[in-house]
Amino acid sequence: MTTSTASPPSTNLGLLRDKARSIRREILLMVHAGQSGHPGGSLGAADLVTALYYSVMRHDPRNPDWPERDRFILSKGHCSPVIYAVLADCGYFPHRDLASFRRPGSHLQGHPCSAKTPGIEASTGTLGLGLSTACGMALGAALRGDQHHYYVLCGDGEQQEGQIWEAAMFAHKYKLTNLIAFTDRNRLQTDGDTEDVMPLDPLPEKWRAFGWNSWEIDGHDYRQILDAVAQAKREPCGRPTMIVANTTKGKGVSFMEDAASWHSGPPSDADLSRALKELSHG
Amino acid sequence: MVETKQTRQGYVDALIELAPQRPDLLVLDADVSKATKTSDFQKRFPQRHINCGTAEQNEFSVAAGLALEGFLPFATTFAMFATTRASDQLRNSIAYPKLNVKVGATHGGVSTGGDGASHQACEDLAITRAMPNLTVLVPGDYEEARQATLAAASFVGPVYLRFGRDTYPVVPELHGDFELGRAKLLREGRDVTLVSTGIMAYEALRAAEQLAATGLSTRVLHYPTLKPFDVEPLLSAARETRAIVTAEEHSIIGGLGEAVASAILEAGMSAPLRRIGVRDVFGESGPSGELLDKYGLRASNIAHAVQSMLHTASRPV
Repeated sequence: MTTSTASPPSTNLGLLRDKARSIRREILLMVHAGQSGHPGGSLGAADLVTALYYSVMRHDPRNPDWPERDRFILSKGHCSPVIYAVLADCGYFPHRDLASFRRPGSHLQGHPCSAKTPGIEASTGTLGLGLSTACGMALGAALRGDQHHYYVLCGDGEQQEGQIWEAAMFAHKYKLTNLIAFTDRNRLQTDGDTEDVMPLDPLPEKWRAFGWNSWEIDGHDYRQILDAVAQAKREPCGRPTMIVANTTKGKGVSFMEDAASWHSGPPSDADLSRALKELSHG
Repeated sequence: MVETKQTRQGYVDALIELAPQRPDLLVLDADVSKATKTSDFQKRFPQRHINCGTAEQNEFSVAAGLALEGFLPFATTFAMFATTRASDQLRNSIAYPKLNVKVGATHGGVSTGGDGASHQACEDLAITRAMPNLTVLVPGDYEEARQATLAAASFVGPVYLRFGRDTYPVVPELHGDFELGRAKLLREGRDVTLVSTGIMAYEALRAAEQLAATGLSTRVLHYPTLKPFDVEPLLSAARETRAIVTAEEHSIIGGLGEAVASAILEAGMSAPLRRIGVRDVFGESGPSGELLDKYGLRASNIAHAVQSMLHTASRPV
């Protein structure tokens, strides 16, 4: 894994693709074992989170409190399976813990809690909390003159919460250039299409109007993800960045793709084996 | 004439006093810094005062983020906003992960005055008492507010501090050492016990004097820490005196009165009990003092409750 001193390691896109495939398998196994959870959004975000943890962020699972580490905050906390799968794979806690997801006594709660799970930086779950918490962390780092970055993954439906726009104003006021956020723009939320439930378009324009850098990418294209982060880090005007990453909910499993019905709920035994079969080869 | 001072001023004076020794201390406000008095802190330490605008939800989660980075944030706003507008953030960003955030909540109770019901928090103690991990402090005068703030800063963990808006009588009996989690025995007595929190300490002491004039020896117990609740002194009172009256500038639902009642019953004891507080109604606009009169939060109300209870108790069954 990443070391405390080295610059981010892997830019081998094939390796990232393999890693994301195994993360997707773990997500489905976890939600099946817990018989509860949010598989669709977790699968859709797998490429973004994989790119961040295996190719962008400087972090050290053997030294999780390393002050200079980059931080990741999952503001769309219901997609906890994706971050749990990645943290276990990195070695923040034993892989066998994943089977205890959403079970009594487990540190793997339905939504992430910083007080329970090694590697979880902030408690999230009720939507809107994560971006604000990341703002506080990023401000703290800026006050100290630290150089590391804060990566946040927001849902698109989450941006119907007023708190998101409170945080947007705050990050602009305090010029939080160390804050690089992504919107997982899969266009689906619990009750259906975001544009039917409560329209969000045009998102990059909204973020720019709030004083952020913002543009769209393909959230499954590793090259675009890595380039976007590099571009955000070059930002010369003191602005935070919101990368609107277009994704497919349920990505990687044909019958789960673009289906709001897979927002939450476990796969049946049959669905699980079909899905694992699809994810078994590239 | 009784000397009066603002409890919110005690809060901010303590923050100013702490700032030089605690470089990790930051003060957050939500566009009410003149009303909460954190503007005094801002004048002295402008780089350490973070105005979040009228956005309490963001303010509280930002405070959580600062605590995660090792800072000591005092997130300040009115008690109404702290516990209702930003209740989710207080619960999920701060209390659940047990972060070292201090919430300075001013304008508690009906004595907030002219702003009326929309700004008079009378359920904040019920809400905060029900949140796991959260320590709840309700000091009774300027000096106790100052001491409570210093104690909260030394304590590691989330703390809710409740202050008022008005000036309130200075109560010398409150000025001993402040020990977080401990009730204070303000006055010894054998016949009845008055139990106060917040500014009702003054009214309880005056009620005790009125009752003494009628020959009743009256004990006064004060709870500047409402949670964790210091049960032992209360059980002694239930054993040793004949009746208990609680007094809080808060709804009788979910606050001091219910904490006292359940502590006594769960210990397998019983005691005649009356609760002085806001009786499940919204407040209204008016001068602070007149509102304390109107909602029955005065020494005379406490004394009357004691007398009617003893009268009832002495009747043959």
